[in-house]
Amino acid sequence: MSATHALEVSSHGIVELKIPGRAEWVAVARLAVAAVASRLRFSVDEIEDIKLAIAEACTNTIQAAGGEDAGVIEIVCDAREDELRVTVRDQNAGLHLESVKPGGLDEGRTEELGVFLIRALMDSVEYTSDPRRGTELVMAKRVTA
Amino acid sequence: MDIKVNVRESEGDAYVVDLTGEIDVYTSPKVKDAITELIDQEHYNLVINLEKVRYIDSTGLGVLIGGLKRVREHGGSVNLVCTNPQIKKIFDITGLVKIFGIFDDEQSAMKALV
Repeated sequence: MSATHALEVSSHGIVELKIPGRAEWVAVARLAVAAVASRLRFSVDEIEDIKLAIAEACTNTIQAAGGEDAGVIEIVCDAREDELRVTVRDQNAGLHLESVKPGGLDEGRTEELGVFLIRALMDSVEYTSDPRRGTELVMAKRVTA
Repeated sequence: MDIKVNVRESEGDAYVVDLTGEIDVYTSPKVKDAITELIDQEHYNLVINLEKVRYIDSTGLGVLIGGLKRVREHGGSVNLVCTNPQIKKIFDITGLVKIFGIFDDEQSAMKALV
């Protein structure tokens, strides 16, 4: 057999990660999601955007817990041919994304910077919060290349 | 992941804070401590050098904004040195380019303080 065959690698897949809800673990989440994003046809800049958005979601959870242990943060990456969909889930009340409007920030709203960045860097953001079930943030970025 | 912070005196009353590494929710308290200490010592003209910063998140931005607010209360200023396109983009989309002086090199940032 001398014929060569192109190796076809599917970029589709689901990757699940759980991290302790503490500041020192956020870097692990963003690096893991960046590794998943690199399987798709994202540019380096787009992967940086995704990294920051996921880190901001985890940071949001930790800040909502008063900077202390926020329990377990669950991150699910759904890598599709044309999109990366990331769910960040926790058992806390979270910050309210509805209160953050696009259009820039002034100096007095630093606590909302993270939420603003998530909205600015991802193509879609869905947010649900339930006192009994916790907070779930679903973010997606489309592959444009 | 870590951040290295180096503080040095420069021309006049100005101080330079050199940062190397990644500024996130875990490392930003170290940056905040350095800036707070300078301000507590009544140094109100600061250049924060982000040339060797690979990553910054909202907590890092918050520390810089907090420092700027405090020095402005005393008539001071904070200028940034930043050449990383991704970090510049973060300052741009958050509108912080309108609040901070952002320069490509330390000499320009220092000159703009006075």
